[in-house]
Amino acid sequence: MNLILVTFIILLAFTSYYFGRKKALVIQSSQRLTALPKFYGYYLAAWCAAPALIIFALWSVFEPSIVKTFILQDYTDQNLTKNELQLIYTKVKALAAGTYTGNITNFLDESANKYIQLKGIANSAKVAIILAILIFSLSFAYRSVQKNDRMREPVEIFLKWVLFVASLGAVLVTIGIVFSLLFEAIRFFQAVKIFDFIFGTHWYPAKTFVRDGQPDPELMKDAFGAVPLFAGTFFIAFIAMCVAIPIGLLSGIYLSEYAGRGIRKYAKPIIEILAGIPTVVYGFFAALTVGPFVKEIGNAMGLEVSAESALAAGAVMGVMIIPFISSLSDDVITAVPQNLRDGSYAMGATKSETVKKVIFPAALPGIVGSILLAVSRAVGETMIVVMASGLAANLTMNPLESTSTITAQIVVILIGDQQFGDPKTQSAFALGISLFIVTLFLNVIALSVVKKYREKYE
Amino acid sequence: MNNFKKNFLKKRYNAERRFQWYGKIAIGLALTFLAVFMFQIFSKGYSAFQKTWIVTEVHYDKELLLIDAESPSKDDLENADYYDVAYKAMTSLDLGLPEEEDRQLIQMVSYKYETEVKDLLLKNPDFLGKIVPIKLTASDDIDQVHKGNYPRDIPEKNRRVNDYQLQIYDMLNERGDILSEFNISFFTNPDSREAELAGIASSFMGTVFSILVCLAFSFPVAVLAAIYLEEFAPKNKFTDFIEVNINNLAAVPSIVFGLLGLGVLLAVFNLPRSTPLVGGITLSLMTLPTIIIAARASLKAVPPSIREAALAMGASNMQTTMHHTVPLSMPGTLSGTIIGLAQALGETAPLILIGMVAFVNTIPGTPVDPAASLPVQIYIWSESAERGFVEKVSACIMVLLAFLILMNLAAQIVRHKFEKKWS
Repeated sequence: MNLILVTFIILLAFTSYYFGRKKALVIQSSQRLTALPKFYGYYLAAWCAAPALIIFALWSVFEPSIVKTFILQDYTDQNLTKNELQLIYTKVKALAAGTYTGNITNFLDESANKYIQLKGIANSAKVAIILAILIFSLSFAYRSVQKNDRMREPVEIFLKWVLFVASLGAVLVTIGIVFSLLFEAIRFFQAVKIFDFIFGTHWYPAKTFVRDGQPDPELMKDAFGAVPLFAGTFFIAFIAMCVAIPIGLLSGIYLSEYAGRGIRKYAKPIIEILAGIPTVVYGFFAALTVGPFVKEIGNAMGLEVSAESALAAGAVMGVMIIPFISSLSDDVITAVPQNLRDGSYAMGATKSETVKKVIFPAALPGIVGSILLAVSRAVGETMIVVMASGLAANLTMNPLESTSTITAQIVVILIGDQQFGDPKTQSAFALGISLFIVTLFLNVIALSVVKKYREKYE
Repeated sequence: MNNFKKNFLKKRYNAERRFQWYGKIAIGLALTFLAVFMFQIFSKGYSAFQKTWIVTEVHYDKELLLIDAESPSKDDLENADYYDVAYKAMTSLDLGLPEEEDRQLIQMVSYKYETEVKDLLLKNPDFLGKIVPIKLTASDDIDQVHKGNYPRDIPEKNRRVNDYQLQIYDMLNERGDILSEFNISFFTNPDSREAELAGIASSFMGTVFSILVCLAFSFPVAVLAAIYLEEFAPKNKFTDFIEVNINNLAAVPSIVFGLLGLGVLLAVFNLPRSTPLVGGITLSLMTLPTIIIAARASLKAVPPSIREAALAMGASNMQTTMHHTVPLSMPGTLSGTIIGLAQALGETAPLILIGMVAFVNTIPGTPVDPAASLPVQIYIWSESAERGFVEKVSACIMVLLAFLILMNLAAQIVRHKFEKKWS
């Protein structure tokens, strides 16, 4: 039904385009045109499609909730909770669609009939309203075509609005992220105190699982302490940085200051391949090759090493991050003005002295910015940790034990079927919003530092 | 004094050389990681492109097949009982050892061997009543033994292949009845719990559908947004805000987009779970900022003289943009889009959250059928304990990397072939 309606609107828009263009040619015989003939077509087509499609979209968004309120009105006197009402509504819908398998009460049957009736009314109303709008807007547009009004400006203004709405897309995504995270997280914090979440040192959400009814609040208090996860996240990011910063920075310096054109041309893209490899592939590599390797070496030295160690995950993550630091610092160092180098050479400094004492300090803000971006990347990295560093949230500073991170716990909690309304599921969203805040914070600082740095030398 | 100066200089030159070496070592390390990594994947994965078959003889005995008709129709063959025929074909391989070992012979081929026996007859109905040679898919363990990935010297208790099976295997191998051929079924089979039957067809189609959905959603919106921001947006607080927003969105961890997909697409809009449609939309939200940034950069690269010439000829702003600036910026935009899609192609975490990690043993035909994707398939298989899956994972990684390399090459070609150089 909806598909037919949309196709009809679009077909009508196409026809009106051709009709408008033809009309313009007719007008041309008697008077001067105000725009190219195709603009007459565009004008009609836009007036035909845009209002009808907008109304259609609004209708589709609001219709279900309006129907729902009408149906659930009959149940207001029964003192039901929100969840029970939701359940009833789902049952009614299933019954109306003929897929309901439970036992059918009179009340449900009545509601289902009412639902079908309402849906029918809504459908015919929708078709009627959209047809009316089509007729109205088309006749309005046709009148101004006939009057030979200016045609190009309105079309261009319309296009500009389309462009503007598209640019709101990115904002919408951000709003979507913030609200979807906040919505669930707030419900989580109604069940678990925010204080317990931020400062609790014990993360074990599985134990709050109760088949029926509410979990024990005493248990909840002790199960959602996120400190081990925050610590694990930053610990693994720290290990990654220990690998990535020296290698990335030194290769960035070498590429920008020492390497000849030939080496630079080939080495830079090859190193950047490291950033293009999907993270799940790194995860597999870490779990299958690096983990056992670290364990073997550790055992040979007489250390107790678990097969899934923070060290393996962190080291592999560090390798992944090398190209971020190397190419960003390469860019930053190349941006340092040549006269600083020339000044230093003129004083008799060697190349490495120039790098260490002049260029590095000058480029420091940019380098710090790129490192912060890399940290934010490491904090948000998921698959490597899920596959290589174990899933138990230990509060430990031993790189040879397994630790878990925020991202890994989100995956662990949400893999498989989720039940919304369960504090365990909601806790994933609470973790998500803390992750979002941390990375946002790092990014904003990094971007502003880099921006300031650029402005300084431009 | 002179000596002191000499020493001092020497020290400084040594420091210089050392520093250069640090840089070389750093680059060397990065390249070594890449090389080790590639070597590991290829050395583990190449054998998955070979499939092991066991050749035996099958007697399509009418009596055992329970076919009564004189000249059986296709339906008769379809409904015949192949259990005994297939069972006999396998157990005829024994070395005259006691009856109890039959089960172990059966375990040497995949559990679908009965279907394979059936399919051969359906393809060649004139085999009925004859004794013909047949190729059966070897079980995962025999496959690994044949490829030499399986240690044979550990005690029998710890082995999944026992001495009896090894004995039979050696005998067959000597007779030349173990075949190794290119593994077509790896590309045409959907996922399976049995390593020897598992293929990437379902996840490959899932990936293709997700990427197409992602392209359909992100490309138009991103290009339009980039045109607005670069060509029409007034310089004010609001457009600044949009810009900051896009830059930050590009750095949000991918798993947060997965939470968005779960919390909004699945919970609010009730889109079907585990499908490439939802996966594609989730990925498109992620690629949106990447494409916007690339498109803006390539719009910026179009020299102002083009715009000025068009405006001087009396074109309106919109005409200048749509007829001149945007077409000229397309190569850069397209190559940025391909790179954004390549990033989306490798994403795993958001797809896991929206349920594309479910076990799917059918090949999806539309974007609203449940499916996995290649990276998720890698994750699923790598969690599996069976030895046969290790090489499958590596092979799947090779396919994924090949896919990525192709896309990046395409991006390069689009950029270099079609981009105008402004001098």
